[in-house]
Amino acid sequence: MAHFEKANNVNEWLDQRIGLNTLKRVLNTEYWIPKDINFLWAMGMVLAATFGILVVSGIFLLMYYKPDANLAFDSVNYTIMSEVGYGWLWRHIHGVGASIVFLIIYIHMFTGIYYSSYKKGRELIWLSGMGLFVAFSAEAFSGYMLPWGQMSYWAGMVITNLFSGGSLEAYGLVEWIRGDYVPGDAYLTRFFMLHVFLIPLVIIGLIVLHFGTLRIPHVNNQEGADIDFEESADLWKAGKRAESKVIPFSPVFLSKDVFVMGVYFILFFYLVFYNFDFAMDPVNFDPADGLKTPAHIYPEWYFLWSYEILRPFSKDVGLIAFGIAQAALFFLPFIDRSPNVAPAHKRGLFQIWFWVLLVDMIVLTAMGKLPPTDPTFAFIGLVSAVLFLLMGPALVIITMFEKKIEKGA
Amino acid sequence: MRELKIFAVVAFFSLLTYYLVEPYAHHAMHKKVDAEGHEIHIESHGFTYDGTDDIAEAERKGDAALVTKKKAFWSEVKTIAALKGDAAAGEAGFGMCLGCHNGAGVNMGGVIPPNLDHAGAIYDKNYLIALIKDPAMASNVDHKYADTMMHPMGSVSTMFTDNQSIADVVAYLGAKKAGDVTAKEAFNEACVRCHAVRYTKTTQLGDTPKFKYKKDALAHEIKVIEEQDMVKAYMGKTPPDLSMMIRARSEHFMETFIENPQSQLAGTSMPRVGLSHDGYEKVKEYLTEAGDPSKKAREQLGPWVIGFFVLFSILAFLWKKSMWRDLH
Repeated sequence: MAHFEKANNVNEWLDQRIGLNTLKRVLNTEYWIPKDINFLWAMGMVLAATFGILVVSGIFLLMYYKPDANLAFDSVNYTIMSEVGYGWLWRHIHGVGASIVFLIIYIHMFTGIYYSSYKKGRELIWLSGMGLFVAFSAEAFSGYMLPWGQMSYWAGMVITNLFSGGSLEAYGLVEWIRGDYVPGDAYLTRFFMLHVFLIPLVIIGLIVLHFGTLRIPHVNNQEGADIDFEESADLWKAGKRAESKVIPFSPVFLSKDVFVMGVYFILFFYLVFYNFDFAMDPVNFDPADGLKTPAHIYPEWYFLWSYEILRPFSKDVGLIAFGIAQAALFFLPFIDRSPNVAPAHKRGLFQIWFWVLLVDMIVLTAMGKLPPTDPTFAFIGLVSAVLFLLMGPALVIITMFEKKIEKGA
Repeated sequence: MRELKIFAVVAFFSLLTYYLVEPYAHHAMHKKVDAEGHEIHIESHGFTYDGTDDIAEAERKGDAALVTKKKAFWSEVKTIAALKGDAAAGEAGFGMCLGCHNGAGVNMGGVIPPNLDHAGAIYDKNYLIALIKDPAMASNVDHKYADTMMHPMGSVSTMFTDNQSIADVVAYLGAKKAGDVTAKEAFNEACVRCHAVRYTKTTQLGDTPKFKYKKDALAHEIKVIEEQDMVKAYMGKTPPDLSMMIRARSEHFMETFIENPQSQLAGTSMPRVGLSHDGYEKVKEYLTEAGDPSKKAREQLGPWVIGFFVLFSILAFLWKKSMWRDLH
């Protein structure tokens, strides 16, 4: 056993037992971040804070929520919204947080793509991040079932139906997932379990992995410059702050993160108090009714782009396209053949590819909600879905011919 | 500055996405078009009733006879509205109303006739005239009674046979059955004969009393079920519970739907209730109390929380400034 001496204070006591000072150094004061960054680099901490808020508000909601098809709707809309002190606040925070977290995830993802932050040594950052995207999607979907309103029920019906596999007609699988022929009590309670236990556990694990994958390749910077972190760290420690290309995570990087978070929370709480319908669809304030199909069934906005890749095609083709679209972004680090780590505006055709991808995904998102009965919308949807599927091969070709950027000293 | 430019790009694409999936998509989803594909703009008329919508609907159906009938009806309503009503003479007429609108809570021909204690305050004058003249036409549900059934209030035409007597009884309602009305009274008189609100323990029989013994509570429940069955038989389906309606429908939907149910749900058996603007405000207040009771607290707390984060951001900015001062 290690040698322990009498500690003079709590800090020393802890340091002897868990290496507190080492931890502080490794995780905070000597965790080096490039200096050449902009506010988009704060999105990671904004996401962590939002996840924290979702956990805390979720715990409060969990104390009063009843996972029972007969009680769920009223436990949310009556008990939590009108009987529990500030229950309405927690619910609005949770509902808006669940929606806005995806906006930040998308900004975070597109930042990664723009600055080529998934390349050469940073593949695992991208992969674990995509894992988080999938886990957050599952978390959002399972959570959307819980108020047991009309959209909970019918979205649940539509999405679980996808598992029948089109012409495979695997209805047995669908029933196995639902625990019933249609969404009902068994269905609600299992999604409750997934939402409050299993998926959050997976998310927390993936967040740790995501942070871990950052450690060795380090965070990218605005120019994609290859920084000698040890040399720069030595400069910093020698007090040459202006010459050093890095800053410590805490407190310097954090001070900027906290400011960005403050601005973000102004927007966040504006939405919580004054503009929440986009995240808490009025349709879902009608109780679930298996005999009354709503006029329009649509997923929440963050799923719309992939929903629209499913929709314009025939049943089987649509499912295959949908499957490809779900997996496609995972492969980004491997199909980008370019030798460069640089922002898109320095990578020639890649820049055009980037903006086309962004605009295409926004168009898909819009078309995913607009009624497909309108032929114009249906056509735009089809074109943008095909375009999305072609973006992968296009990236391979574009990046194969990309010239190596010679970086000046 | 570069950061602001980047922020402008992020904000632009975020707001564009928001615009497309929220205001634009919802407009496209709820758009109503006529047979030629022209958009029908559904607008509130400020809870006044002159048959504009009813005539336009008949015109869209292309039913010339119906258009003529509706036009004649609403022009006669206008004529009666111009007559000077005598409240004192109307009191005798009102006596006939009490034959059914007596608060006895007995279902008559489908629903329990509503209490008229505040009829002059919560309903529009033109609507009351129209209702007494021809209940089905006034409620814009004449399609329901065209062939086989008579409106449960149809016999009113035998009670008020001349226009002056209608003007008199409406003047009486305006003079004696108005006055201050609470949100709950307005809601009970205008909506409760069909709609329950479980969050306020209101059923088609009104407030649910407290019972000491379970068997009394169950007996009451059976009475409620019997009443609901009668309403269902008359309306075609049980009208929805209104507990969460204030959150489930937009303000615009609520206004236009209550003013003229056919505008949003063509063919619905829900009659126009004829609320005045004040009456609607009272009903809205009640529904807000039932389905969105935190609205006031939300609006009060909002500025404080946002103010906190504004202050937080200013302090954080100063901290960042000091931390990054000697970095370049």
